[in-house]
Amino acid sequence: MCGIAGIIHRGKMSNVGGEMTRMLRALKHRGPDSTGLAVYGPPHPGDYVMRLKVAEHEDIDRGRGIKERIKERVERVERILEEHGVQIHSKEFATPYALRYVLRHEGDKEAIARAIEEVDGVEILSLGNNLELIKDLGDAIVVADAYKLHEFEGTHAIGHTRMATESDVDIRSAHPYWAFPYNDVSVVHNGQITNYWLMRREMERKGHRFMSNCDSELLAVYTAHNLAGGMTLEESLRQSIGEIDGVFTYLVATRDQLGMAKDTMAAKPLVLYESDDLIALASEEVAIRAILPQEIDTYDPYDEEIRVWQV
Amino acid sequence: MASVSDARLREMAQEERAHALGMTTEQLTGRSMFIEFDPEAEERFTYPWAPEVDFNKRTEFDSSEMSSTEVNQEIRRLMAEGFGTIVIQNPRGKHSVGVGILSRLNLIVEGSLGYFATGLIDGPNVRINGRVGWSCGENMMSGTIVVAKNAGSTFGAALRGGDLVCMGSVGSRTGIDMKGGTIIVGGDTGAFSGFMMQRGRMIVCGNAGKNLGDSMYDGTIYVGGEIRELGVDAVPAELNDLDRAWLRRKLIQYGLLPERGVDHFTKIVAGKQLWNYDNLEPSEKKLIL
Repeated sequence: MCGIAGIIHRGKMSNVGGEMTRMLRALKHRGPDSTGLAVYGPPHPGDYVMRLKVAEHEDIDRGRGIKERIKERVERVERILEEHGVQIHSKEFATPYALRYVLRHEGDKEAIARAIEEVDGVEILSLGNNLELIKDLGDAIVVADAYKLHEFEGTHAIGHTRMATESDVDIRSAHPYWAFPYNDVSVVHNGQITNYWLMRREMERKGHRFMSNCDSELLAVYTAHNLAGGMTLEESLRQSIGEIDGVFTYLVATRDQLGMAKDTMAAKPLVLYESDDLIALASEEVAIRAILPQEIDTYDPYDEEIRVWQV
Repeated sequence: MASVSDARLREMAQEERAHALGMTTEQLTGRSMFIEFDPEAEERFTYPWAPEVDFNKRTEFDSSEMSSTEVNQEIRRLMAEGFGTIVIQNPRGKHSVGVGILSRLNLIVEGSLGYFATGLIDGPNVRINGRVGWSCGENMMSGTIVVAKNAGSTFGAALRGGDLVCMGSVGSRTGIDMKGGTIIVGGDTGAFSGFMMQRGRMIVCGNAGKNLGDSMYDGTIYVGGEIRELGVDAVPAELNDLDRAWLRRKLIQYGLLPERGVDHFTKIVAGKQLWNYDNLEPSEKKLIL
């Protein structure tokens, strides 16, 4: 059991970091192992925000010589950026093992991303103009405090509270997943994908990379593959209903859209609130009530239901 | 028979009354259990610990800062003080509110509830002026629950008795494994509604999703709108005058009777091709007998 949530403001910016934190805090009972948020802020014209981790959370306490290894990994990442002609506008450590860079570069982002991920222990969490993807162990408040998300202004966000069932309790297996190498696309998922290995091998044959053994990552890779092939988000979501086996509800966010898909059995919950200027959806109503305490009308989307909303 | 009056129903013997109410698909055999209501054993149908409450004694409390446990404890404390009408304000989607109430009570919820709302109840009349999440009224034994807005999936799962009503639409697997009682949905219902239904009746005024009545053992489903697809062993049956009379009465009771009446409803029952009660091994038969 995991908890997922999404929120999108139409035509305005809002405190989506704080809102998503409150929603995920209300869903803590669905999964206390890790929390992740993909928040979409104002665009950085000409710039890219890159979030990456250079070690796992537990490495900090357990790994001997980890500080030296982190320093070495960061130096290697920055050498790669330099070799590719990338300008570093800013750099900050959100935690001892997670960094945020603002970069300027006009060339091939995928080549840079692939080169960086060749560095042992380094994983890019997100890369994009708007997207900032944060995930770590602990509940929503712990993560939001550590990464200063309470005041984050943006248009939309998705989030996840994880109860680890089929893979480890670590950042690598936490959601959301960035749809590598597709800029600004992220995915959260609640459910189990039963044709994971079949689909994964198919995606790997097509040249896609997987960083974890978590079945949810497949949805990110699958979505990235479809979008790169020219599909719209709606087309990709609809196709997934037929191609992905199992029980699932998942949310996809892009630079300016938020989408949802529910499997043929409708076995995983989702509650939806929709108004002219705000859409909020979550595994449980209690999460929506965390940001909208007034009486509102909500409903459960049905089996095979696909929805996409524009910012 | 065009319709049956309440007075006439009271005069009927149990078996005749059951048939008059349209329970003609529920001839119970084999392992089925059916506990007849015996008016002479009335004391067995109340719980010795049930508090004496007065419906005219009314109170309300604000639950916005309370946990689900605290809300339920407060309901019990107020019932022990004799309050028969309790209003809960600002529930904000809390789970498991109002569960396990085993005596008469008017419970009014001003707002929406989360999962397992008022499940496992036996007797109260509940009005929820909002929406409910998954599994509202699960295992309810008697009483009424009326939800003013929409409801989530598994609405009335394993329902055993009473009336469970949603004025709006409900999610998937409505009435899954229901063993009695009546579920009424004012709007649409999702996939697998009536899945493994064993007894009782379900009325859906709007449309029904795919696999309606899948693997149902018994019971009856009435659908006013379109049925996307019937499940395994669910079959249409003739809507007779008794069905119409019963539908009208139930829908009028909750203000859901469509302007065009009930003639357009489709009746779904079990085809009973999956039944194997008559194929028991001799040793199993001995155990049951």
